[in-house]
Amino acid sequence: MAEINWTALTIFIVLFALITFLGFAAAQWRKGDLDMLHEWGLGGRRFGTVVTWFLIGGDLYTAYTFIAVPALAFGAGAIAFFAVPYTVIIYPILFLVFPRLWYVCHKHNYITAGDFVRGRYGNRWLALAITVTGIVATMPYIALQLVGLQVVIGAMGVSGTGYAADLPLIIAFVILAAFTYSSGLRAPASIAIVKDILIYVTAFAAVIVIPIQLGGFAKIFAAVPPAKMLLAVPGANTTGAYGVYATLALGSALALFLYPHSLTGILSASSGHAIRRNAAMLPGYSFMLGLLALVGFFAIAAGVGTAPEYAAGFKQFGNNFAIPALFLHSFPSWFVGVAFAAVGIGALVPAAIMSIAAANLYTRNIHREFINKNPTDKEEAQMAKWVSLIVKLGALIFIIFVPTPYAIQLQLLGGIWIIQTLPAVLLGVYTRWFNDWALLIGWAVGTGVGTAMAVAMNYTPNYPLAFAGYTFTGYTAFYTVILNLIVAMVLTPLFNRVSGKPVDATVSADYHA
Amino acid sequence: MSEGKTTRSIRQGGWSWWYLLLVIQAVAVIWPPFYNKAEPSWIGVPFFYWYQLMWVILGAIFTAVVYFATDSEHR
Repeated sequence: MAEINWTALTIFIVLFALITFLGFAAAQWRKGDLDMLHEWGLGGRRFGTVVTWFLIGGDLYTAYTFIAVPALAFGAGAIAFFAVPYTVIIYPILFLVFPRLWYVCHKHNYITAGDFVRGRYGNRWLALAITVTGIVATMPYIALQLVGLQVVIGAMGVSGTGYAADLPLIIAFVILAAFTYSSGLRAPASIAIVKDILIYVTAFAAVIVIPIQLGGFAKIFAAVPPAKMLLAVPGANTTGAYGVYATLALGSALALFLYPHSLTGILSASSGHAIRRNAAMLPGYSFMLGLLALVGFFAIAAGVGTAPEYAAGFKQFGNNFAIPALFLHSFPSWFVGVAFAAVGIGALVPAAIMSIAAANLYTRNIHREFINKNPTDKEEAQMAKWVSLIVKLGALIFIIFVPTPYAIQLQLLGGIWIIQTLPAVLLGVYTRWFNDWALLIGWAVGTGVGTAMAVAMNYTPNYPLAFAGYTFTGYTAFYTVILNLIVAMVLTPLFNRVSGKPVDATVSADYHA
Repeated sequence: MSEGKTTRSIRQGGWSWWYLLLVIQAVAVIWPPFYNKAEPSWIGVPFFYWYQLMWVILGAIFTAVVYFATDSEHR
């Protein structure tokens, strides 16, 4: 750890300089008036199928994912593979639901989920709940991207004491903030292309070269302890690890496209068809993520966990150091530089999109709704640019001053919170049946109970739900969104009796081509 | 004639039997007892892993089939 790996660091810096240039140059790409919010914050809704593929891929399959999923496989084994069914399930949802949302948002110039809910239900408080949930769930997610960046910077031997230790992170973030401010969503869209090529090269090199070095898959899996290789078979009266695996996959899949950054990526597509095509093309990333999860097992087989030269890294970063350690162990220095740059740049793309998405939400659904009701286009876009800076600064301060485990716990809570917007947003795309106040109370109950369950379980994702002598251990987000739905369904007929005629700014023709 | 009708109903958010392919891919991976076993392994990779990875590819193919079958304006 003490020695700086100069070859890797040089390559890393060169690639970083390249994407910095790209980020600023992106302002000229498919040029639009960046003083309009939909130009700055959605790239003018002009991205075709291929750019959308890179953008959403770079947005959803984050650096943290590429570090954390293999780290989970390394530490906990088979359960980490829930990421695969999760990413199989998300694409039917993307295919069926989100083209409808795209059409209605395009028609009414909606930029956020808050905009849609405000129009669909005419209830500013429900829209505020959706907005605040989106912003609060996004903040720790941005912070976690920095964890990925921190790990690879540390793995190249760049270290320091006190505040100097955080200097590389701060530099990376200042660059990110500057090009996001000046180019908006065009910056991460153009950088995503470079990042994704690097990630694909790294992933395929890893799954081809390392198994050859280790003597084949049979040898690798022979080195994996049997308890980690498969899910534990449940005992009597419980769904055990099976229930955990299935609800984690399903709950994560339902939550994913409710995140503001997912929606920003989707809405920036140029048509509903581009989204449908992407539902068939994006599994390319899922496949790579599945392969990378296997890389966690390669790390077990290579024995990096017990090698003395990596002990300091594991001590500092925990299992998140497994993949960087394996790359250092298996690749020549120059390729380590490429791989680490892929992870580092892979942190900046989603961080940029997330900060843009949070800025869009604040600007449209809090500032315009409650503070300055009639901004000019220019004022609105300028506000979003400032907010994107504040959001990133917040994430940076968070990661420097708050221990990493808290960021992970908050991100976990974020998943439980964001899924509570499902009835209003995802079902709202299909039906106006629900009463808006019933949705708001359902949201509040789901959020409150979900938070309490997570706290009771000491910030772990699963809750042992006991019912009629059976124990159903499963993902808290999944259980609580069902509770949320039940509350909303029960209260809707009651509230409809006392409230007036439902308001709806959209008509059914708005939801398709 | 029925072609036009189908297209219109899908565009308005209606159901198409092609969507069953999307349901199949979700069902195939959602319940671990289907695949939580080591054998038959493939080039040393336990069934649990290659089965799920295979469904990523099949899912992409199924989704593409549904796209070409239902999206009237594809090129």
